[in-house]
Amino acid sequence: MAMNYNSKDEVDGGPPCAPGGTAKSRRPDNTAFKQQRLPAWQPILTAGTVLPTFFIIGLIFIPIGIGIFVTSNNIREIEGNVFMYYGLSNFYQNHRRYVKSRDDSQLNGDSSALLNPSKECEPYRRNEDKPIAPCGAIANSMFNDTLELFLIGNDSSPTPITLKKKGIAWWTDKNVKFRNPPGGETLEERFKGTTKPVNWLNPVYMLDSDPDNNGFINEDFIVWMRTAALPTFRKLYRLIERKSDLHPTLPAGRYYLNITYNYPVHSFDGRKRMILSTISWMGGKNPFLGIAYIAIGSISFLLGVVLLVINHKYRNSSNTADITI
Amino acid sequence: MNTERDSETTFEEDSQPNDEVVPYSDDETEDELEDQESTVEPEQIRANREVEDNREPFRKDCTWQVKANNRKYHEQPQFMNTKFFCIKESKYRAANMYFLVLLILQAIPQISTLAWYTTLVPLLLVLGITAIKDLVDDVARHKMDKEVNNRTCEVIKDGRFKIAKWKEIQVGDVIRLKKNDFIPADILLLSSSEPNSLCYVETAELDGETNLKFKMALEITDQYLQTEDTLATFDGFVECEEPNNRLDKFTGTLLWRKKSFPLDADKILLRGCVIRNTDFCHGLVIFAGADTKIMKNSGKTRFKRTKIDYLMNYMVYTIFVVLILVSAGLAIGHAYWEAQVGNYSWYLYDGENATPSYRGFLNFWGYIIVLNTMVPISLYVSVEVIRLGQSHFINWDLQMYYSEKDTPAKARTTTLNEQLGQIHYIFSDKTGTLTQNIMTFKKCCINGQIYGDHRDASQHNHNKIEQVDFSWNTFADGKFAFYDHYLIEQIQSGKEQEVRQFFFLLAVCHTVMVDRNDGQLNYQAASPDEGALVSAARNFGFTFLARTQNTITISELGTERTYSVLAILDFNSDRKRMSIIIRTPEGNIRLYCKGADTVIYERLHQMNPSKQETQDALDIFASETLRTLCLCYKEIEEKEFAEWNKKFMAASVATTNRDEALDKVYEEIEKDLILLGATAIEDKLQDGVPETISKLAKADIKIWVLTGDKKETAENIGFACELLTEDTTICYGEDINSLIHTRMENQRNRGGVYAKFAPPVHEPFFPAGGNRALIITGSWLNEILLEKKTKRSKILNLKFPRTEEERRMRTQSKRRLEAKKEQRQKNFVDLACECSAVICCRVTPKQKAMVVDLVKRYKKAITLAIGDGANDVNMIKTAHIGVGISGQEGMQAVMSSDYSFAQFRYLQRLLLVHGRWSYIRMCKFLRYFFYKNFAFTLVHFWYSFFNGYSAQTAYEDWFITLYNVLYSSLPVLLMGLLDQDVSDKLSLRFPGLYVVGQRDLLFNYRRFFVSLLHGILTSMILFFIPLGAYLQTVGQDGEAPSDYQSFAVTIASALVITVNFQIGLDTSYWTFVNAFSIFGSIALYFGIMFDFHSAGIHVLFPSAFQFTGTASNALRQPYIWLTIILTVAVCLLPVIAIRFLSMTIWPSESDKIQKHRKRLKAEEQWQRRQSVFRRGASSRRSAYAFSHQRGYADLISSGRSIRKKRAPLDAIVAEGTAEYRRRVDS
Repeated sequence: MAMNYNSKDEVDGGPPCAPGGTAKSRRPDNTAFKQQRLPAWQPILTAGTVLPTFFIIGLIFIPIGIGIFVTSNNIREIEGNVFMYYGLSNFYQNHRRYVKSRDDSQLNGDSSALLNPSKECEPYRRNEDKPIAPCGAIANSMFNDTLELFLIGNDSSPTPITLKKKGIAWWTDKNVKFRNPPGGETLEERFKGTTKPVNWLNPVYMLDSDPDNNGFINEDFIVWMRTAALPTFRKLYRLIERKSDLHPTLPAGRYYLNITYNYPVHSFDGRKRMILSTISWMGGKNPFLGIAYIAIGSISFLLGVVLLVINHKYRNSSNTADITI
Repeated sequence: MNTERDSETTFEEDSQPNDEVVPYSDDETEDELEDQESTVEPEQIRANREVEDNREPFRKDCTWQVKANNRKYHEQPQFMNTKFFCIKESKYRAANMYFLVLLILQAIPQISTLAWYTTLVPLLLVLGITAIKDLVDDVARHKMDKEVNNRTCEVIKDGRFKIAKWKEIQVGDVIRLKKNDFIPADILLLSSSEPNSLCYVETAELDGETNLKFKMALEITDQYLQTEDTLATFDGFVECEEPNNRLDKFTGTLLWRKKSFPLDADKILLRGCVIRNTDFCHGLVIFAGADTKIMKNSGKTRFKRTKIDYLMNYMVYTIFVVLILVSAGLAIGHAYWEAQVGNYSWYLYDGENATPSYRGFLNFWGYIIVLNTMVPISLYVSVEVIRLGQSHFINWDLQMYYSEKDTPAKARTTTLNEQLGQIHYIFSDKTGTLTQNIMTFKKCCINGQIYGDHRDASQHNHNKIEQVDFSWNTFADGKFAFYDHYLIEQIQSGKEQEVRQFFFLLAVCHTVMVDRNDGQLNYQAASPDEGALVSAARNFGFTFLARTQNTITISELGTERTYSVLAILDFNSDRKRMSIIIRTPEGNIRLYCKGADTVIYERLHQMNPSKQETQDALDIFASETLRTLCLCYKEIEEKEFAEWNKKFMAASVATTNRDEALDKVYEEIEKDLILLGATAIEDKLQDGVPETISKLAKADIKIWVLTGDKKETAENIGFACELLTEDTTICYGEDINSLIHTRMENQRNRGGVYAKFAPPVHEPFFPAGGNRALIITGSWLNEILLEKKTKRSKILNLKFPRTEEERRMRTQSKRRLEAKKEQRQKNFVDLACECSAVICCRVTPKQKAMVVDLVKRYKKAITLAIGDGANDVNMIKTAHIGVGISGQEGMQAVMSSDYSFAQFRYLQRLLLVHGRWSYIRMCKFLRYFFYKNFAFTLVHFWYSFFNGYSAQTAYEDWFITLYNVLYSSLPVLLMGLLDQDVSDKLSLRFPGLYVVGQRDLLFNYRRFFVSLLHGILTSMILFFIPLGAYLQTVGQDGEAPSDYQSFAVTIASALVITVNFQIGLDTSYWTFVNAFSIFGSIALYFGIMFDFHSAGIHVLFPSAFQFTGTASNALRQPYIWLTIILTVAVCLLPVIAIRFLSMTIWPSESDKIQKHRKRLKAEEQWQRRQSVFRRGASSRRSAYAFSHQRGYADLISSGRSIRKKRAPLDAIVAEGTAEYRRRVDS
């Protein structure tokens, strides 16, 4: 006899017919939504839609792939702007412990964070009772080799190639994310009360002589702080700008690379590289995408053919007659 | 051992089960089911115990004390306390605990791998939605409560009646109620405006019975408590039972004026009833608020869960195990990596000299946090939302709305919808479910002559004859249709005396109450059959007009005559008949009797000329599935009556076993009867029953009919609703008993009672082929399932075992008996399931539930029970899904059901359309849900191979936070609500589509693992294609060639586009909302990402939003877009290819129908124009089963219901005390 009684039933069930005949009908509304009759498109995978899709994708992907591949392979002549990268391998810049070891407030010029960096920066938060600026493991391990490039001309004195330091970081990083702390006339005053990261030779306000490329907004620093996705990575080091349309930026010849070696990589079995490259409309040299596009395009085309054959084979058997229920 | 031999030999010993009788009394349904032990207690012992209980009357249980007009005497908290806002019940406890643990883990700095908001925001959202849902429910309930609580009634305060709100009513208050008031609490009736303080109540809210009930106050209170002053000074003291949920029982005593008066349920007005036909009444509040019987009843909700729920839980556990294993593997990897690489990487120095294994241990927890999204956080709440929506669609369905009664279908539970698509067995009640339970007088047999066919006054049969015109009869109600003009001719001519006698009997021999309103006669009958008979007599000119305690007034073809009633020999389920003894104005004494043919034929006089003809007529009626009653009468000599009357008087004041004594006395006079004829009442099949049954049968759903009717009736109804056909072989109890017996022997030979440990052999009981049906009665059911045996062993068990040895033996034999019983049950179920239809007749409510339970237990199939009456409640509650028909018998079945609607035929729509859709939607939803979480989460796994297993995430924290909440939730929710593979019309046209649900084809462990595999592959593609692209350089301008943030954005974008396109592929019913949600989700992702990566937000929260500029810098580059496009294409193209292939090579039925949708639609329209809907097939009938309710005879003869002059004071007091003494004695 148990029942789910609640007062709702009592109210609903009320006097069966309220005197006066004002009883409201409980008839459900006849709307398309409530009756589940909303107008709808009911796509099904028919040969008419699926096969063209595969062929079209094949026909689109293969040319794209060839385009990418060719472009990528053409990035060879040292024409146009030349980008100078340094590469590191077996360097886990994406290690969680490493990635989080920074204080974005501090880097954004927040004065309180400058003097009191986030706990995430441990153990590179304070040194000798002074806050470290910039704090954290990423900053501490900043790449500090110096690379210089010389062209050995016909005459014996090598000509240094002009390497541009600025313009290598994202605009947003340089202008939004990284800002020097406010106040003070000189940069040194602004960073007063802080100390340099343990591994650094110079404090942060002595990274460069150009005031627009010093302190937190030093572009080498910014580039380093944008951590890499994978343990083998390259980072933009310098730009070699094209001088005129007539001459290649880096003419053929013998070059001489002078490396001031500061950065130890042997302990973790790492490698350092220097890469010179131009870029195209789709970035630097990377054959993967081109090959992938060609492969997927071909597979898609092939699949289309296979499906066409199968569909042809089974077409006859799909009549309404074989709805067996 | 005694017991054992006993159980082995019962077959031989016991006589054959009796097909006619219902095995044992079935009135107490609920308690019997709850307490299995007491049910098997033998009748005899129960009877003895009752006697014992009565000997020391009810005092020991009576601990509830109420003092009238004294509220302080019984302090009680009042009325419903609405609970506002709770962070949900047990359902979510495990899930909530999980997320709480995650939050705690995240608070540990060494472990925390994600920002705190990544789990908190989704959790809060989930809790928020749950809370809002609860809140909405609560507000609605609160509003109802408020409305109910603020209803008013009159309460005595400071000696006067004052208007008070319901919520102010307290135990001990004396209140006054008016006509048509709802009763606010359980109250003791003190007095009323009616004579003898009678009070009429309508109990439809409680038991659904629409006829009025009578409640009577004690004589003493009736006498003294009529006025306001006396009521105000009333200081009676009531001692009674504690609040309980038995609606039909009440024991207590009223102590007043130093006398005690017994109270029973007849004097209690229960909350929820409505006062009718009574101007006002006074009562004392005994139970209020939550203590009322109806509220006590409401708490008992058996929480049902679906198969998918269980499956889903197991899958979540599986995923949880996978999570732990994967985390452990990665943790080991990390420990190894630290030892090999990490320890030598100076740049990773963190100042803590932790060992690699300790770091690995910490990283284990770190990965648990990072990969927690594998276990879908919003799964449970999403499932709930979808089910809620589907329930609303059921409620809104116009095609399940019954306009005649203004009853829409109602999903009373919102948690079972998809199970409707998996039903294997339907257990249906007959009366009121398959049939309409509206009785109409169809035919009769008078003196051997059958009347009721279509024919004119000169006995010629026509098919198109007009209805009989009853205008000559001023009392005719105009609703009655009859086609035999010859019968009218007979009545009017009076040629055959028996014809008039026949209708006179119908007009006089009953316990119907009459109510005259503005010259309109209103009959209140105890059973619909009786009402139909009296109304028929009225239309044929023998109108029952009025009755008093000892007279009855009939209008016989216009002449009013009053007869004195000497005795009413009331109906009960043992007697199956009722008689009345009257004295005609001429002074003759006559007995009129009507009852079941079996009992009447035993009591007929030897010389009855029409005996055989009537018997034939009864057979004809039964084959036409009409319900029959036999009518007979006899003349009684004055002397004989006087003698009998003495015995009758003695029996009616007997102090012990009065009912049995009365039965015996009745038996003495009800003999040598003269047969008048038989009536045939039609209980029409509901519309569309055969069509529905055949549809459901085509959907491979087995239908079992469980009914209290007798075998022949049940068989007839089986034919009527096309459950049985001409070529069906019907097996009966005795056939299958021997089959099972042989099977048991075989099994015993093979391995004794331990045969169940042997590998199960599936050998059919019947040879293959052929259509079989099983018709079995309740008694046979007991016989076959050894129910009797337990009774017997119980008796033995009652004796206390003397020695340890004996006890051991006894438990051993008991265990053996249990095993045997179990095997018999299993065999029975196997056998029954081989039959295409099963009809169980003469079964009690308990047996109905037992049969359902057997199938549930041994077949592991999803069961549905459908019924309309109180006797179906057990069955409805036992089955996986209970459906209540809100029909004639009222609310009780509906109140314990999960779904309710007005007509049996709506069942096909509920199952084949709503059930199927819900199942498909839920399966698609779950499959996609698991897929999308795996595709999302496992990218971290692949990434960990490239970051030293350091638990670095592959996405931005904010993306992880919002992915499940915003970027991928709405499309799948909408698909879960709106998707339909084929339209409702086609679903109904091809019932075979339903079998996918029965066979669990769309969601099972295989499908689950396929989804996971799909997710894993997608995550691989999502990671490795961008990885390839990022290996060397990226970036049009050469800056930041392969930084982490761009990489994260690339993968995330590819992921969002992929999963949203994937749901697009899964959606087969694209409405504009679906399209909007899919493209909206993608747009939302990009919008939010650009916002979060903007300069402004970084300036405000430099630490929280670190991806500044990433979106704009990365997505500006064609290279990244090409990567994203390639990734999405590689994720989706194989899916399209595989689906296309499977549709071409192995198309499912649904695929085929979808493919030819247009043609089928055109075909349908063409057919509709062609064919005329078949109607009239439902004019088949069902046969007799006397209503199981006791009539009003007691009330009539005690004169209480009839207005009479107020008896002198002392007489009433004397009568009251006499009654009291009588009750105490008995």
